[in-house]
Amino acid sequence: MKANVWTGRNHLEVRDVPDPQILNARDAIVRVTSTAICGSDLHLVDGYIPTVKKGDVLGHEFMGEVVEVGSGVRDLRPGDRVVVPFPIACGACFACEDGLYSVCENSNPNAGMAEKLMGHAPAGIFGYSHMLGGFPGGQAEYARVPFADVGPIKIEDDLPDEKVLFLSDIFPTGFMGAEMCDIKPGQTIAIWGAGPVGQLAAASAFLLGADRVIVIDRFPYRLRRAQRTGAEILNYEEVKVLDALRDMTGGRGPDACIDAVGMEAHHPTPAMYAYDRGKQAARMETDRPYVLREAIMACRNGGVVSVIGVYGGFVDKFPMGAFMNRSLTIRTGQCHVQRYTGPLLDRIRAGEIDPSFVISHRMPLSEAPRAFELFKNKQDECNKVVLTP
Amino acid sequence: MTDKFARALGWTSLALGTAQLVAPRAVTRLCGVDDAPGATTVARLVGGRELLHAALLLGAKDPAQWAWTRVAGDTMDLGVLGRAAANRTGTRRTRALCALGAVAGISAIDAVCARRGTAKAKGPLKVHASITINKPREEVYRFWRELENLPSFMVHLDSVRSLGQGRSRWKAKGPVVDLEWEAEIIDERVGDLIAWRSVPGTGVSTAGLVSFTDGPGGRGTVVDVSLEYGMHGRELAAAVARMCGEHPEQQIRDDLRRFKQVMETGEVVRSEGSPEGHRALRQLRQRPAQPIGGRA
Ligand SMILES: NC(=O)c1ccc[n+]([C@@H]2O[C@H](COP(=O)([O-])OP(=O)(O)OC[C@H]3O[C@@H](n4cnc5c(N)ncnc54)[C@H](O)[C@@H]3O)[C@@H](O)[C@H]2O)c1
Ligand SMILES: [Zn+2]
Ligand SMILES: [Zn+2]
Repeated sequence: MKANVWTGRNHLEVRDVPDPQILNARDAIVRVTSTAICGSDLHLVDGYIPTVKKGDVLGHEFMGEVVEVGSGVRDLRPGDRVVVPFPIACGACFACEDGLYSVCENSNPNAGMAEKLMGHAPAGIFGYSHMLGGFPGGQAEYARVPFADVGPIKIEDDLPDEKVLFLSDIFPTGFMGAEMCDIKPGQTIAIWGAGPVGQLAAASAFLLGADRVIVIDRFPYRLRRAQRTGAEILNYEEVKVLDALRDMTGGRGPDACIDAVGMEAHHPTPAMYAYDRGKQAARMETDRPYVLREAIMACRNGGVVSVIGVYGGFVDKFPMGAFMNRSLTIRTGQCHVQRYTGPLLDRIRAGEIDPSFVISHRMPLSEAPRAFELFKNKQDECNKVVLTP
Repeated sequence: MTDKFARALGWTSLALGTAQLVAPRAVTRLCGVDDAPGATTVARLVGGRELLHAALLLGAKDPAQWAWTRVAGDTMDLGVLGRAAANRTGTRRTRALCALGAVAGISAIDAVCARRGTAKAKGPLKVHASITINKPREEVYRFWRELENLPSFMVHLDSVRSLGQGRSRWKAKGPVVDLEWEAEIIDERVGDLIAWRSVPGTGVSTAGLVSFTDGPGGRGTVVDVSLEYGMHGRELAAAVARMCGEHPEQQIRDDLRRFKQVMETGEVVRSEGSPEGHRALRQLRQRPAQPIGGRA
């Protein structure tokens, strides 16, 4: 089969690889009908996530048709249409029982590796490094889905792929980002990053009752997309974010701040950017935490900083004083997708939201490397790419 | 403690070796042998040897045993200085005798360190690990009590066969020869703990203890495991070390994680990056995360 394979930092290739086969009784093989490129994939391609190996198949946002199931899968059969959550979760452990699927205790066969870096190991994730399991991803014609009786959600035929594909990751992620803000009526939520995740976080914040949402980025075309959710926008290359947010919130600051950017944030001041970029290149710091720092500084006293942007290792100059003295709360995590697929599918079905509004490009899987270029370099107003095998 | 001591000796070797290489003449004068032809060359050679000691003592995982190399060096030096003192008179003789005394003192320290190091290396290998399994205590206990189940999650074991009456035959893969021994259960409290040890005279000296307690808040079962492997004989010690890997603690933790997977999900979870599920070293020798060929 054809698959999008990582062949080195900033190098991808669509290659022929063997077809997947059942390895565990609770596996299913899915023929992928739609798959997407995520901001998280960029961190990987850029080489900031450790333990990625040449030959790894990428992709963690995918859906398709079940073609084979292992002997332990009862509720799925060939022909079923499913969307597959990106974290792999067993459904039976302590974490899964508590709905914390992205930290499932059983789904990462390489937990020992992750433990060395992070103390304890998170769940396995499709196509997302060996430390997170060494599972091939879904930017391929077929994918093996472990714990197929837990993760995949069945979709009736009437909904097109594009409306439900993002249940695999970015819609639940944006939603969880907003949910972690504990939104109450009358509140204002600020969101850094007008990428697809930030846009869906904005839409979700409104679904959860936010009064105002302010989205921050520097790409006008992305800000325009965010604006369509009803959000106000700030271009950080044109205004001082902290001052603007203070002015817009009666001097108090947003009630909650969402970091939808993560470890590869950009900084408008060249010197600041050079400082962290240099440290990152020298591997003295793995992540560039501008957004995290700014979100903490901006948040109102006693507010919540919700971090859904992905971080890989260590950050410098974390404003612990502001964080501690102003009674802030940080909430974070890889999304516990399995917790949200059902309820969010209901919202899509009820017409409350159609997450396909983020799509800007539709391309064949064979053009995955070019699609990554467009998405990474923000060319051709690229916002979100859906690939079809 | 012993290791810290050994490292300190390593630093001493480094300083001494460097001095002998950089300023051989000063060293020979200090020892009263500067009149001998080729004295500086000998000093340089001895300096090189000191650096070798330093490398071993500062670089090795268990440095103390390597103090033996220093003891050997000391013996050599004592011989040379002894002869030098006997053949000389006056100030040179006094200097040589002083050096002789100093080296004798140091060699006593080296010997103590080396002996402690050897004792430590010969001591049993002990590991401990703990995990919480989301299943009732009875069930977890029963699975472990079927000792034949152990190889399904313990990488270093090939098979365990029950012989009845609490006795069992264990096989493990060694680097050259396979290890085999007979074990007996020496204590057992249903649902609480199982303790076993190898029957004396069956090749490997090993013991294990596993205990089961209710998890906090009544959720699941805490499993605590302690394993001990004795090191009788050089060959066996090497085999056991290889079998348990570079990081035995890590390995037993991984074993328990697989035990948990079997209990909670029904089998060991596999990925294409580590497809064998439970082979030793699988985390080091990852395949790319792409489907395994063969059938397709
Ligand atoms: N927690 C999860 O489960 C989860 C799931 C999916 C994605 N993510 C993460 O969410 C983040 C966003 O994903 P995406 O797909 O939208 O990525 P993206 O790369 O398309 O979007 C990131 C946006 O952040 C903007 N940005 C960069 N620096 C900024 C700054 N200083 N201030 C404001 N905006 C800035 C960029 O211009 C870009 O538009 C990534 O880190 C991704 O890894 C997390
Ligand atoms: Zn993603
Ligand atoms: Zn789980």
